[in-house]
Amino acid sequence: MLKRVLLSLLVASALSTAAFAEEPKSGGVINAVIQPEPPGLMVGLVQNGPTQMVAGNIYEGLLRYSPKLEPLPGLAESWSVSEDGKVYTFKLRKGVTWHDNKPFTSADVAFSIDFLKQTHPRARGNLAQLDKVETPDDYTVVFTLKQPFGPFLGIFEVGSLPIIPKHIYEGTDYKTNPANNTPIGTGPFMFKEWQKGSFIRLVKNPNYYIKGLPHLDEIYWHVIPDAAARAVAFETGKIDVLPGGSVENFDVPRLTKLKNVCVTGAGWEFFSPHSWLWLNNRSGPTANKKFRQALMYAIDRNFAKDVIWNGLAKVATGPSASTIKYYTDKVTTYDYDPAKAKALLKEAGYNGEKVRLLPLPYGETWQRWAEAVKQNLQDVGINVEMIATDVPGWNQKVSDWDYDIAFTYLYQYGDPALGVGRNYISSQISKGSPFNNVEGYSNPEIDQLFADGATAFPDSKREEIYLKAQKILTDDVPVAWQLELQFPTITRCNVKNLVTTAIGVNDGFRDAWLDK
Amino acid sequence: MLAFIAQRLAKAVVVLLAIVVFNFMLIRMAPGDPAMVMAGEAGASDKIFVAQLREKFGLDQPLPVQLYRYVKGIVTLDLGFSFRQQMPVAKLIAERLPATLLLTVTAFAISLLLGVLFGTLAARFAGTWADTAITILALIFYATPLFWVALMAILLFSVSMDWLPSFGYETVGANYTGFAHVLDVGAHLILPATTMGLFFMATYARMTRASMLEVKRHDFVKTARAKGLRDAVIQRRHVLRNALLPVVTLAGLQAGTLVGGAVLTETVFAWPGIGRLMYEALLQRDYNLLLGVFVVCSAMVLAFNLITDLIYRAVDPRIEFAS
Repeated sequence: MLKRVLLSLLVASALSTAAFAEEPKSGGVINAVIQPEPPGLMVGLVQNGPTQMVAGNIYEGLLRYSPKLEPLPGLAESWSVSEDGKVYTFKLRKGVTWHDNKPFTSADVAFSIDFLKQTHPRARGNLAQLDKVETPDDYTVVFTLKQPFGPFLGIFEVGSLPIIPKHIYEGTDYKTNPANNTPIGTGPFMFKEWQKGSFIRLVKNPNYYIKGLPHLDEIYWHVIPDAAARAVAFETGKIDVLPGGSVENFDVPRLTKLKNVCVTGAGWEFFSPHSWLWLNNRSGPTANKKFRQALMYAIDRNFAKDVIWNGLAKVATGPSASTIKYYTDKVTTYDYDPAKAKALLKEAGYNGEKVRLLPLPYGETWQRWAEAVKQNLQDVGINVEMIATDVPGWNQKVSDWDYDIAFTYLYQYGDPALGVGRNYISSQISKGSPFNNVEGYSNPEIDQLFADGATAFPDSKREEIYLKAQKILTDDVPVAWQLELQFPTITRCNVKNLVTTAIGVNDGFRDAWLDK
Repeated sequence: MLAFIAQRLAKAVVVLLAIVVFNFMLIRMAPGDPAMVMAGEAGASDKIFVAQLREKFGLDQPLPVQLYRYVKGIVTLDLGFSFRQQMPVAKLIAERLPATLLLTVTAFAISLLLGVLFGTLAARFAGTWADTAITILALIFYATPLFWVALMAILLFSVSMDWLPSFGYETVGANYTGFAHVLDVGAHLILPATTMGLFFMATYARMTRASMLEVKRHDFVKTARAKGLRDAVIQRRHVLRNALLPVVTLAGLQAGTLVGGAVLTETVFAWPGIGRLMYEALLQRDYNLLLGVFVVCSAMVLAFNLITDLIYRAVDPRIEFAS
C-alpha cells in the first residue's frame, strides 16, 4: 500500500508537469474543502492556515515562488538588488486594478508595509531590517535595508506580505473596518458570498491582468467539520479538492486508490512543516543533555513515518528541513537504538521521575503518534504521563512552559533566518507564545551564528554559518526532531494545474482548470 | 392560569441570570483564551500580537468588570460581539437557529410519532413476534452511539447507494427555488433528522409500551370493556390517553434539547446549525458567542418546561395549576 501511495505521488507529479503541455479549458466550478472555517478572510489581519488558503485567491503578493524557492513575478514584474545587498528595487505590473476597479500602484505597496508592521507578527519580524520604503513613481518601489538581510527576497509571498488596498484602509481602524467582511484584493478571484458554517464562494475576476486567467468560473470552499465526513464528501464526488491536512492520514491510501483520483505532495516547499518534540530545557529530566540525546535514540522515527504517516514524511535530521536553504545532513544523526538510549539514561542519572508528554490536539493521527512515542519511551524505562488537552489548553500549557515533552510542528519559510532561528536563539525566549524558543535553549554561540547568518553577504558566507549552526544544534538536541511532514493534496484527476508553486493551494487557483 | 404563567416567567428571568453568571465563571475556568487560540492558529505570534488581541476582546479588563459588562448587555438584550466571527452574536445565532430548529423539530416529530406508534403496536400485540421485533429494535437504537449510527447511515445511503446527500443543508450552487428547494433541503434533512431521532424514538416506544400495559390492568379499562366499548376506542381513549403522561414528561425533556442538543449530528453532517456553532465557540474560547448560545438555549429550555406543564393539563385535566 505504501509503495502504491508513493508511486501515485510520483505519477501525480509527473502528470502535473505534463499538464502544461495540454491546452487549458475555460469555465467550470471547483468544490474544495476548507478546514476549519476561517475566522476571517482579510489576510493582513488574520494569518491562520484556512484564511491563507482562501485569501490566496483574493489577495496577491509582490512575488511568488517556484518549488525550488526561486522568486517568480507576482504583482512585481521584475526586481533588482544593489551591489551591497541593501537596496531592493521592484518594478510593478501596469494595468492592475483592485476588485472595485480602482488602480493598483506603488502607494498600495508602501501602505501595506505600514499596515502589516502593525498587524502581522511574522511580517513585523521579517521587516525588522527595513529602513525605508520609497515610491519614486506609481510603478516603482524601493526598499532600503539597515544592513544586508539574506532572506529578504523570500518574504513577499501572499501569506507573508499580502498587498492591501490603501484606498479602503487608510485612516480607518483596521480591525473594525467593515470592508474586512468583503475583502478586496487584486487576485484572480473575487469574494462573493460566505454562508457561515456552510461555504465560502469566490467568483472569477473578469478584469484580471493576465489575459485568459483564471480559467475557472467559481470556487466553493465547503466547511465540513468532521474528518470522516470530509472523506465521504470527496468519495461521493461532491468535493473535487482536499487540500493537505483535510482528511486523517489513514484515509489517504484509501482515497488515493479510488478511480480518477490524483494526489501530490508538492506545494509545501515554502512552508516545509517540520515536526519535533519540544523538550523543556529548563527543568526536570529533559534539562539534561544526555537525557535529550537518549530520547533521540529511543524514538523509532521510521515507524512513525511508515505506519503513522503512511510513508508521507521524511525522517528529520536536524533543525532545518531538507527542503530549505543551506540544509545539510553532515551532522550528528540519531538512529533508533534503545540500548544506547538506556545507557545514556543511566549516564544522565535518570531515576524514574515522571515526564509529562503533551500530544498535539489536531486529530487522530497526532494522538496515535503520541501513543507510539510514549510506548518507545516506556520501552527504555522512561516514566511517561500523557496529558490530554484541547487546542486552547495546549497553547496555554506550551506558552507557559508547563510541560516536559510536547509535540509540535512549525513552518520553516524557506530560509533558516525566517523559520528556523526563532526556535533556538535566546532573544526569542518569551512566555506567552507557542511559536518561539519555547524549550528555553540558550547558547551564545548559536545566538551569534543566527545573528550573523541573517545579515552575512553574499550567500556563500551564510551557508558556512548555517552549516556550523546545524552541527552544534544536533549535538545539543534542544528539541527532538521527528519528521518532515507532507500534507498531500488530493484531487479528482480532471482538476489540472492546481499546485504550481512552493505554497501550493495557498497560491490560489489562478492557473487551475477543469478537464471536462 | 395567567397568574401561573406570569409567576413562572418571573422565576425564569432569575434562573436565566443565574445561568449567565454561573456559565461565565465556568467558561473562564477552562485553560487558554481566544487570543491564545488565534495566535496559535496564525503559525507565528509575538507579545504585541497577543496583547492586541486581548485588548480587542476586552480580556485586558479585570474579570468582574467583564462580567458586569456582559450582564449589562444581556439585560438590554445585547448578546455582545463575536470577535472571532466578526459578527454580533445575536445575528450569528439568528442565522443558524432556523437550521437547528428545522433539524431538531423534524427529529422530534419523527421520534415522537414513530415512538408512540411502535409502542402502541407493541403493547397491543404484546407477546407476539411483532412486539419482540419492536422491542429488540428499540433496544438496539437505544444502545448504539449516535455518531456511529450517523456514519453507518452515511456509508449505506450516501456512499453505497448514493440516494441521499451526506453533508450540508442544501445543494450549494444549485440555486433551487420554490418546491425544488424544499425537496432539496428535505433530502439533506432525512439522514441527520432520522439518526438524531432514533434514540428518542426508542425511548418513547419502550415507555409507551410499558405504560400502556400497565394502564390496561386498571379497573376503568375493565369497566370500559364491560360496557361493551369497541377495542379501538378503549385503546385510544382510555389506555393511550392515560399512558401518555410519562411520555409527555420525556418529550418535554427532549424539547429542551431542540436548540443545543444537536452538536454531534450537526458536526457529522456538516449541518450549519447552532449546536456546531456552540461546539466551535467552545474550542475557540469564543466567550461571547458561547455564552450567547447558552443563554438562548437556557431560555428555550425554560420555555419548553412551561409548555410541557401546560400540555400536562391538556392531556389530563385532573392536574391543576398551583398558584
